This record gives sequence, structure tokens and C-alpha cells, in this order.
Amino acid sequence: MRNRKLLQVGIVVLLVSLVISACGGNKETASTTPSETAGGSNGAAAADGIKVGILHSLSGTMAISEVSVRDAELMAIEEINAAGGVLGTQIVPVVEDGASDWPTFAEKARKLISEDKVATVFGGWTSSSRKAMKPVFEELNGLLWYPVQYEGLEASPNIFYTGATTNQQIVPAVDWLLENRGKKMYLLGSDYVFPRTANLIIKEQLKAKGGELVGEEYTPLGHTDYSTIISKIKEAEPDIVFNTLNGDSNVAFFKQLKDAGISAQDLTTLSVSVAEEEIRGIGVDVLEGHLAAWNYYQTTDTPANAAFVANYKKKYGEDRVTADPIEAGYTAVYLWKAAVEKAGSTDVAKVKEAAKELEWDAPEGKVRIDGETQHIYKTVRIGEVQADGQFKELWNSGEAVKPDPYLKSYEWAASIQPSE
Amino acid sequence: MDVFILQLFNGISVSSILLLIALGLAITFGLMKVINMAHGELIMIGAYSTYLTQNLFHAYMPSSWFNWYFVISIPASFLIAFLFGLLLEVSLIRHLYGRPLDSLLATWGVGLLLQQLARSVFGAPNVAVTSPSWLNGGMRILSDVVLPYKRLFIVGLVAACLIAMYFYIYRSLEGRRMRAVMQNRDMAACLGVSTRRVDAMTFAIGSGIAGIAGCALTLMGPIGPSLGTYYIVDAFMVVVLGGVGKLVGTVLGALGIGVFNTMFEYWTNASLGKVLVFLCIVAFLQWRPSGFVAMRTRSLD
Repeated sequence: MRNRKLLQVGIVVLLVSLVISACGGNKETASTTPSETAGGSNGAAAADGIKVGILHSLSGTMAISEVSVRDAELMAIEEINAAGGVLGTQIVPVVEDGASDWPTFAEKARKLISEDKVATVFGGWTSSSRKAMKPVFEELNGLLWYPVQYEGLEASPNIFYTGATTNQQIVPAVDWLLENRGKKMYLLGSDYVFPRTANLIIKEQLKAKGGELVGEEYTPLGHTDYSTIISKIKEAEPDIVFNTLNGDSNVAFFKQLKDAGISAQDLTTLSVSVAEEEIRGIGVDVLEGHLAAWNYYQTTDTPANAAFVANYKKKYGEDRVTADPIEAGYTAVYLWKAAVEKAGSTDVAKVKEAAKELEWDAPEGKVRIDGETQHIYKTVRIGEVQADGQFKELWNSGEAVKPDPYLKSYEWAASIQPSE
Repeated sequence: MDVFILQLFNGISVSSILLLIALGLAITFGLMKVINMAHGELIMIGAYSTYLTQNLFHAYMPSSWFNWYFVISIPASFLIAFLFGLLLEVSLIRHLYGRPLDSLLATWGVGLLLQQLARSVFGAPNVAVTSPSWLNGGMRILSDVVLPYKRLFIVGLVAACLIAMYFYIYRSLEGRRMRAVMQNRDMAACLGVSTRRVDAMTFAIGSGIAGIAGCALTLMGPIGPSLGTYYIVDAFMVVVLGGVGKLVGTVLGALGIGVFNTMFEYWTNASLGKVLVFLCIVAFLQWRPSGFVAMRTRSLD
């Protein structure tokens, strides 16, 4: 009797999981055709293509952001393949799921390099995932392209950073705010490495530039009630809230800020983790008029961007939007391709050498790889959320800013040291 | 003074949200002793039901009716989560009564499945629910104190749910059967109560209330596949602190955690505030292991 019952349960669980995996599977193959051959069975396609790894969280809390970056990277690979591939060979993507779990990222990175023998890996989002993968890439001499803005203070010889470092996003944004929106600043962030490091830098900058710090708050990741924080902000009466909240907390914060009767006219907020994709999930009625600092917006006016946005929408649906990290992931694939072609090989050392000072017309404008730090030159842009969920650019840096992850060229930043 | 009133209101508001997410669990975990880790995902189902209702109204109803979608979405969320709960009970939970560890693992697995299902159906990014315009803004009681209508609405909704649950559990025939089965299953079965049906109904109602919580949460927070994970720990905390098996305990538990959390958060910061609340709960449970209100029962455990 007992056994029969267990059997029944087993069958039910099996059936349910089959159905679910079938649903997931369909979706997967529908959106990522090139990974079909590579996703499960590796080795088969090795003979006739260059394998590259794509390692993002496709499940778990970070999937919310990383799935779109994967989509953009696959699209870049598809475009390159359609145009004849790299070095006359097709690129074969091997897609792995980091599952929003940092040890998994390290493990999968090892698998991609040692077992699949990929030429390079595009992947990561959170700083924790990057820090988990970094030793693996350094040990096995792999090559990682990391597409997200981050807190700086790092330059691994085995990583190319195609997102902004602090002096290409946060530092110029603070300068702009102090000049245009007031001196009293309130720092609000999620409680982990990126906001804390970013705010360390901002505090030094405020001291040097005559700004005033009126409050600093951190909330746990996934925090959903901001009523008390909003009371505190009201009491501190800042001109500006500099927002380094990450992920879903932004939704709760902005919804509750609006309910408390505070609009963008009453209080300037500038976010560094809210892009077009997040606006869709928060609701534009809540965010209209608030500011963000990035290097790219869907509305950025370059010929390359018009084509990029059109292709992305054509491939993944009219309702999809592009955003800064999506563009950075797309750019990374093309930069790698250009470096490989210049080097005439996929060998890591040769590619790194060839990548130095390499230029490419990205959707965000002309970018150039800085040979010394392996970051890229990027234009800084401050945008305001419009009623259609897109950004209107209020200011840009005019030219691409040289990356300076250790802020060596800023006198006031002398006391900020890498945490490692 | 202004701040004091505002923080008092915030405390009550946080308590009401906690109570709403814990009410369903008070039934499935409190009464039925199922460690239901998929409770958060039932909340998520409620939130997505609201999203779907909104989209249906957008597509098929005149735009002047749009504001009333929320009124429909409350029963819709209840119903959809109710059906999911029923399915879950009949197909899985039923076979795991009296095996808490197995049911913990199984429901956790179900939670992961539901999350991935939502991701496949609705996509990984969050979706936006536009709150009806009659809930925008707030009541200005002092020059600097604004009570948002949404928070007031949630307090009202929780009160309504509580009253409805009270009448169902303590004043209806179905509720009496439910209590009988939960207190002494064998005796109830001897007296002719169909325990299987009662189990299924009870679990489904608990799930349905989680659905209502999900619907209300669309007003305040994110709507995404992993929404449930943000609330599940708080929900268990409320039920355990309140005392397993008693509605009034759950209310006290929610009030305690909500008010203290707001106070600590105001005095210190959000992370430390949460730590202090957890410390207080641990200390309290050391002193009274069965929570605020213990259930007295004659059956032998």
C-alpha cells in the first residue's frame, strides 16, 4: 500500500516536471535557435565551428535581467554567422545557466573552459558572479567578457569589461547633479558590494566638491517595504536621492515614493540600475520624470543603434526594449570578433594583444578598448524617463570617457583602495 | 509628532501586509501542519492573475471601465490560486500528510517549478500593473502627514478577509467540520466527516487567500516570477510567532513584527532593524516556544 502511494506520488512529480520542462524547452529553442545544436550535446558541432560560452542566470532572481543580455549576445552571434562567421568559420554558442548562484557560475565557467574548450565566454551580471568566475578564468587562462556597469577597483588580465566603471557613470553623474540639481544628497542602496563601494566614492567626491551628505541607507536585497525609509528621506530634506538599489527593490521604492505624495518635481532621484527593461516592470506612471545615468539608451541617436534596435525587436518581439547592459553584451561579441580577426587566431594571448586600442562603432557610439585596463571608452549620458517609457537624454559627456577603474586620475579618490 | 504619527501608521500598514501574506499560511501551515514552501508562489499566482485581469480589461472592455478591473481581480486572484491549491492538494500534498520533512521538500520543489513556469509563460522580467486611479494619492491628515490610499485600502482588505475567515471557520458548518478534522482527525472521521474533502477545501482556501495577498501586493511591490521568495520567510515568521493554529495569534504576530520592524528600522537601519526583529523573535520563542497563543487540544501528539 505504502509503496503504491509512493509510486503514485513519483509518477505525479515526474509528469508535472515533464510538462514544465517541455514548456520551458519549447520556449528556449524558439528564442535561441543557434543554441539548439550546442545547448545539450557538445562536441558534435566542434568540428565545424568556433565555440564560445554564454553564461548568464537563466533561472533564479537574476534571470529577470540576464536573459535579455543572453538574447542580445545570441543575436550578435547569429548576425556574425549570417555574414560569414569569424575567420571564415561559424560561431557555435554553448549556453549555460548560472542560476543566480555564484558557485554555479564558477563551476560552469570551469566546465566551459576545460570541457567545452570554448574560445571565450560572455557572461555574468552581479559583481558577486564576476568575483566568483574571476579566479577560474585566471587559473585556466580563459577570456571573459563582462557586460555590466560595476563598482570599479578591478582589472583582471583575463576579463574585458564592456560595461561602465565608476568614472564613466557614477562620478560624472554626481558632478552633474551637484551643478544642476542641488547640494544635499541622500544615498540609498541595496546592502551589498556595488552600492557600498559606489557610495564610498560618492562620499569622497561630495567632500571634495562641496556637496552635503544628509543621509545614507542600505536595505537588504529583495526588501519590499520602503515606508520607513521614505519617512527618513522626508525628514532629511535632500535635494537629490542617489539610488543604487538593485533589482526588485526599485519597484517597491518608486511605487511607494509616489504613494507618499513625492513626485519627480518635488525630489530629484538618479538611479544607476534602472534602465528601459526595468521601467517596463515598474510601470512608467510611477517613474516618469526620474533620472538615470547610463552610457546607452534605446533612444540614443546613432546609425548603428537604429539597426540594432530594429533587429532586436524583429527577432524577439515588438514589445521588447533594449537597454545599456543589453547593448554592452552585444558590443562585447563584436569586439571579440574584431580582435580575433585582427589576431588571426582565437588564442587568448593573441586576442588580448590584438584587442588593444581596438575601435568599433557600437550602438552607443564609437567605443575603444583601453589596452591597459581592458575596459572600454564610453560616452556618459544622463536621461529622464518619458511618458512612453523611454529616456530623453538631458546631458552627455560629448566624447567617450577613458576608463579609470582605480580612479587614479582623481585627486580626491586617493584614499579609496581596492577591497581585496 | 508628525513623524511619530506617520511611523505609527507605517507600522500598522506593514503589519497589515504581513498579516495578509500570512493569513493563507495560517491555514495551510497553522491548521493543517503542512510546511508549505510554495506559499510564496501562490502569492505570485495571485499577482499574475491581477496582471492578466488588467490586460483583459485593456483588451476587451471600454476604457472608462478600466479603473474597476481591480475590484474584479480580487475574486479572480482568489479563484485562480484556489484552483492551483486544490490541484496541488489532490495531486501531491494529500499523499504527504504527517510527513513534515517530505512535504517541505516537495512543496519547495513545487515552488521552484511554479517560478520557472511563470518565467516561461510571462518572461523573466517584471511586469507592470497600473493601479486604479481611485487608489492613487493619499489622505492628508496633517500638513506633513499623508496616508496613502493604497495602504489604507490594504488595511481594509485585511480586515475584510479576517472577518470573512472568522465567520467561515467559527460560524459555518464547513468551518466546524474543518476545525473538527484539524483537531482530531480520527474522531471526526468516525463521526462521518469526509476528511479528504475537508482537507482539499481547507488547503484550497488557504491558497486562495494567498492569491488575494498577491493581488494586493501588486499595489506596493514588484510583480515577477521570484516575488514569492521575498515574502515566504516573513509569512512563516508571523505564523510561528503568533502560535500555530490560532487566527488571533497570527494577528498578534503580524502586529508585533510589523510595529517593531518599523520602529527598529527607523532608529537604526533596514538591515539591522531586521536583525533586531529576528533576535526578538528568537528570544520570545525561547521563552514561549508555542508562540503568542497556544492551541489547546485533547488529541495526543
